Amino acid sequence: MPMLEIEGLSVTFGHSTGQVRAVREVDLQISRGAIHGLIGESGCGKTMTGMSLLGLLPEGARIGAKRFRFDGMELRDVAASLRGRRIALISQDPAAALNPVLSIGRQMDDVLRSHRSAPRHERRAEAVELLAATGLPDPERVLKSYPHQLSGGMQQRVVIAQALATGAEFLIADEPTTALDVTVGAQVLALLKRLVAERGLTVLMITHDMDVVAEVCDRATVLYAGLTVEEGPTEAVLASPRHPYTQALLAALPDGARKGQRLAAIEGRIPPPQDEIKGCAFAPRCPKVMPVCATVSPPDRQVGQRRWLCHLEEGTIG
Amino acid sequence: MKALFNRLGPAGSLSLAIILLFVFVAMFAPLVSPYPGQGAGSPNIAAKFRAPSADFWLGADHLGRDMLSRVIFGARVSLTTGFLIVALSLLIGLPVGLAAGYFGGWVGEILMRVTDIFLAFPALLLAVLLAAALGAGMLNCIIAVAVTWWPWYARMARAEVLVLRGQPYVEAARLMGVSHARIIVRHILPGAVRPLGVQAALDVGPALLTASALSFLGLGILPPTADWGQMVNAGRGFFPDRWWYSTAPGLAIFIVALAFSVLGDALRDKSEGRSHADA
Amino acid sequence: MDLIRYFLRRLVLSALVVLGVTAMVFVVAQVVPSDPAALYAGPRPNAEQIAKAREALNLDAPLPERFAHFAHAMATGDFGVSYKSRRLISEDLGVYLPATLELAVFSTGLALLLGIPSGVVAAARRGSFLDRFGGLGSIAAVAMPTFFLAMLLQVVFAQWLDILPLSGRMSREFSVIDPLRPVTGFNLIDAVLAGRPAAFWDAFLHLILPALTLASYPAGVAMRLTRSAMIEILQRRHIVAARALGLSEPRILFGHALPNAVGPALTVIGLSFAYALTGAVLVEIIFAWPGLGRYVSEAILSKDFPVIAAATLVVTLCYVVMNLIIDLAQAMVDPRVALS
Repeated sequence: MPMLEIEGLSVTFGHSTGQVRAVREVDLQISRGAIHGLIGESGCGKTMTGMSLLGLLPEGARIGAKRFRFDGMELRDVAASLRGRRIALISQDPAAALNPVLSIGRQMDDVLRSHRSAPRHERRAEAVELLAATGLPDPERVLKSYPHQLSGGMQQRVVIAQALATGAEFLIADEPTTALDVTVGAQVLALLKRLVAERGLTVLMITHDMDVVAEVCDRATVLYAGLTVEEGPTEAVLASPRHPYTQALLAALPDGARKGQRLAAIEGRIPPPQDEIKGCAFAPRCPKVMPVCATVSPPDRQVGQRRWLCHLEEGTIG
Repeated sequence: MKALFNRLGPAGSLSLAIILLFVFVAMFAPLVSPYPGQGAGSPNIAAKFRAPSADFWLGADHLGRDMLSRVIFGARVSLTTGFLIVALSLLIGLPVGLAAGYFGGWVGEILMRVTDIFLAFPALLLAVLLAAALGAGMLNCIIAVAVTWWPWYARMARAEVLVLRGQPYVEAARLMGVSHARIIVRHILPGAVRPLGVQAALDVGPALLTASALSFLGLGILPPTADWGQMVNAGRGFFPDRWWYSTAPGLAIFIVALAFSVLGDALRDKSEGRSHADA
Repeated sequence: MDLIRYFLRRLVLSALVVLGVTAMVFVVAQVVPSDPAALYAGPRPNAEQIAKAREALNLDAPLPERFAHFAHAMATGDFGVSYKSRRLISEDLGVYLPATLELAVFSTGLALLLGIPSGVVAAARRGSFLDRFGGLGSIAAVAMPTFFLAMLLQVVFAQWLDILPLSGRMSREFSVIDPLRPVTGFNLIDAVLAGRPAAFWDAFLHLILPALTLASYPAGVAMRLTRSAMIEILQRRHIVAARALGLSEPRILFGHALPNAVGPALTVIGLSFAYALTGAVLVEIIFAWPGLGRYVSEAILSKDFPVIAAATLVVTLCYVVMNLIIDLAQAMVDPRVALS
């Protein structure tokens, strides 16, 4: 049984003028021990999907889903109680994710103390251990410092240590390297990969960066306009993308090792979340658009380990 | 009318209505009060300490005067005092702030340091000191409070001018050799007057509140002229047995100050909302 | 480095302000009043007595010299003699200042205690009944005339409910029969030093009503400032992150969000303290509190200008020092303050 099973997830906001669909129809299956990439441009519903797993959607949001389960439990009921216990978040932009006026020690201890009733000195020892596990040199000193005294990479390691401190087995990493420079980002990714292996964690890696997916993810799900458009093992998706959007994403990547580039090279814009979508959401931007795409929703194609949403036959792709 | 209501919301509109009602009543005090003579001060010993009744809606004071008439005549004095305090403060603060902001440099520095000295006093204490030195009376009370009040307008005006001074049309006027006085009057003043005017109008409430404190201390308006603060103090010796004596003017101060405060909030909320929408 | 520069700059400015304040007090107390000599000479003075008084007060000297003399006297704590009681003003101040400061400190604490938690709750439960009720209360607190509120509180708590003393600073038992030995002048502290819990309780009960009167306005302001600051802070990403880490809501509100609102809290402390110092003039009369406020208001009635001048100067000095401390604290909490 997969650890996370999501089918037909939608997140909508009521509006007097009409509904806003931040997430339209997302399918996501993640098995234990995997690092699963969730890719897409900003505004495609990645972060909303992640927040729905934590039960931290903005006020007024409504979740709809055919299936929305974590470890066999209905997530809508248990998200709030699993948050910070079995599911934890590694926020994007660690500088903003850490409280500027509290010491790292205090912030680590607040997490530990929320989950275990160990005496103070034991919690401190554990905090040191966790910081050391994220590769921070001199954890004792880090505990005494404040966020602004640490570099971006160190801050991100602290954020990871906090997530580990919850004891959660499922981590949602929301763009964990976007705010970091390239080499530091690579180190953080390597760290995450190592922690997953050592501790048997499962990770949902939210990113807009194909290179991040290539580097650490076992499987990848591509989102477009709040829809899952392609899903499959990372190598397969990268080597032979089925959906024209995935192809465009990969084509938009600059050659060589320049990472962290925004996916802005595709012409056109994502349909805004308040728009009703007729036919295929990607049709207006698709280089291979056909008349049928404008009117009929694309079929859900499934071949082996892979799935995608497109009118094109498999043979005509690529 | 409807646009105004929409802009202020129900609470703000009600506040404005209350303020206008008080202003109206104050203007036509001799016509609207049931016993104008008593409102103006003449005693009526027969009705001494009469409790609120059909004849005396708010009861009668220690000289038998109708409290409603006294409160209505008090509105005249209290509102006028509040208004004049603000007006006098603007008259001092606006030129000081304009000069400090427009000329800057050491002129501005000196003017703002002087302003700081006035702001360094706890306001009411300075007002008390001044009122004590000048002697009681309405005019002295107004001067005493205005002296503690103008520095705020000087600061506000300066801040507005600093923004306006950098505007291209002001720069242009200066390059064309327009005189300082003309630039200030034609280009700077109109821009600064609006925000200051709104603030000043809303400050009538707090100014009235401060003046009533002086009156309460016996440093403001003297009897037999009716003034709310002074009336609260006069009734203090009979409180709470003759509760209406202090309560009527006390509530009047509270209601007017509250109305100004709520109206100010309504205006502020609105302008904040607007600036968000503009962004 | 910036902090030290800022500190020095503020210190110099404060010194200038104190000089200016002294000059103003001098002008108002010694130049404006029509004839200080007549007041000094006592009731119905003859010409000779007035001439003597003029000499004693140095009234015939040129203004700058008189000011220098005045400033020097003030700086050395020589506030002169009360026209009325002929007592040394510095001695009176020694008795009355602690009473006023005790009240000011206590009411400031009360204002923070009432205003900040209610602001936090209002921000966390935006639009709820608590939020609306608090909003209404805070506006009402700002519009209420202090002196009228004092009277209402007296009637409700001292006369109707009869659970708090009507006025005064201590019961006869501890002020006359077996008086507390003044060490600090703060009754609460002196009672602790003397090891007399009954006296402490008595002093505490006497503090409540006047302090509540003085705290209502700053508590209202504190609530509004805290509420708006917290609403902004609660939307920051580190708060979402703390939630995602499973921290409890009270810990997030008070442990993580509130420490970010230190700035507004400091502002409230300054405001509250200032309000208590000035409101003392009104409140001390109504509650018969033997402090500077009552001292000044009695001096006003007898046109005792040396007393008014000295008290104004001392209170203003307290106010300036308080503001200086708060500005420095702001700069320490938020280094951007020092840079601007």
